[in-house]
Amino acid sequence: MTRQPKAVALVSGGLDSLLAVKVVQDQGVHVEGINFFTGFCVEGHTHAIRKKEKAKPKRNNALWVAEQLGIKLHILDIIEEYKEVVFNPKHGYGANLNPCLDCKVFMVRKAHEWITRNGFDFIVTGEVVGQRPMSQRRDTMPVVSRESGADDLLLRPLSARNLPETIPEREGWVDRERLYGFSGRSRKPQMELAHHFGFEDYAQPAGGCCFLTDANYSSKLADLWQFRGSKSYEIDDIMLLKVGRHLRPRPNFKVIIAREEGEGRFLQGYRKQYVNLETLSHPGPLALIDGEASEEDIQLAARLVARYSKGRGDDRVELQVSGLDGVSHRLAVVPLSAAEVPESWYL
Amino acid sequence: MKTVILDARRLLCPMPVIRVQDRVADLEPGTRLEAFCTDPGALIDIPAWCRINGHRVVETRTEGDDYIVLLEVGRNGNG
Ligand code: SF4
Repeated sequence: MTRQPKAVALVSGGLDSLLAVKVVQDQGVHVEGINFFTGFCVEGHTHAIRKKEKAKPKRNNALWVAEQLGIKLHILDIIEEYKEVVFNPKHGYGANLNPCLDCKVFMVRKAHEWITRNGFDFIVTGEVVGQRPMSQRRDTMPVVSRESGADDLLLRPLSARNLPETIPEREGWVDRERLYGFSGRSRKPQMELAHHFGFEDYAQPAGGCCFLTDANYSSKLADLWQFRGSKSYEIDDIMLLKVGRHLRPRPNFKVIIAREEGEGRFLQGYRKQYVNLETLSHPGPLALIDGEASEEDIQLAARLVARYSKGRGDDRVELQVSGLDGVSHRLAVVPLSAAEVPESWYL
Repeated sequence: MKTVILDARRLLCPMPVIRVQDRVADLEPGTRLEAFCTDPGALIDIPAWCRINGHRVVETRTEGDDYIVLLEVGRNGNG
């Protein structure tokens, strides 16, 4: 090849993809990044919602990584297509509702389609053999290459020397000798390499790149599926699972209660889509009702919301209930006592 | 100069960035795009996206609950 080879890299915003891109960039490859938005990603917006995290910089790590590397970043909205991966993962779920192996296959397949469409030569990921229990094992990494259709157009620069030679190596687009042979769960080699390249302040997500690896989030999603009677979700559902306190007093409805001002502001945006409750007589949180609630259910929800207001110690809290038709009415209730809110209501 | 308006209110990052990216892909260089967002993260993310992809941020401002970014589409194409 006389022209400069071109690669597209899966950029999550974490350290591994940052390093993987840097390694091939240093070998003269033109790299652009792709970042997938599934709706479950752990990115800036949760920080934006919660006021107490205001002190943290609200940067998007994938954009930050792209800027450090001086590469273009294409952010792809895959919310709809990704549902099938979450509902029916061929290779099953990990410790929670995270379908990591299917997810990787899906993303690499999308990247393969992208390079075909855009005239790029190969795909780069930051995967490391043995790093993650499901998608980055010696026996599952070939599954990603094969099932995605990318085969040996998929290069993992951080682990390449532990893996069979790929087309970019065979064709001399990159020099295998200058790739790495990292393996195992240790993060030390990556941190050393980051130091070598002079990268500081990179993001180090604890569990994984998305909320599906979070036990608490997964149990709320499982609850949603159970009470809707099928595996389904819309973007608003999965966003709302990230926000507020979720309680299910009855099978037919749950109540989402803002925990602080930032969440309250966020929930305000959903007032036209959900029956919602707001305390009038005392300062208190905004709450949404998700599900079909009868008058009696709304009464119970109101007592629950009153419990989370400043009026919890009083005999009477007045609330405003607004329906989907935009019509509001007032309701006065006795706040529930702590003993009247069983542990099992909390999702 | 033509200014295109984009309503990205109520969307959480990175959706406002994605909407900007997809809209910019169809615009001629030199066109201005004004994005109205309610996620304050947009004031960081949209300018970062612009820097990476060669577009110019003309102005960022807040008005009531809105965070607004005015950008000018750069010469070297989309995002
Ligand atoms: S953690 Fe989430 S985004 Fe990452 S591979 Fe697993 S399912 Fe996919």
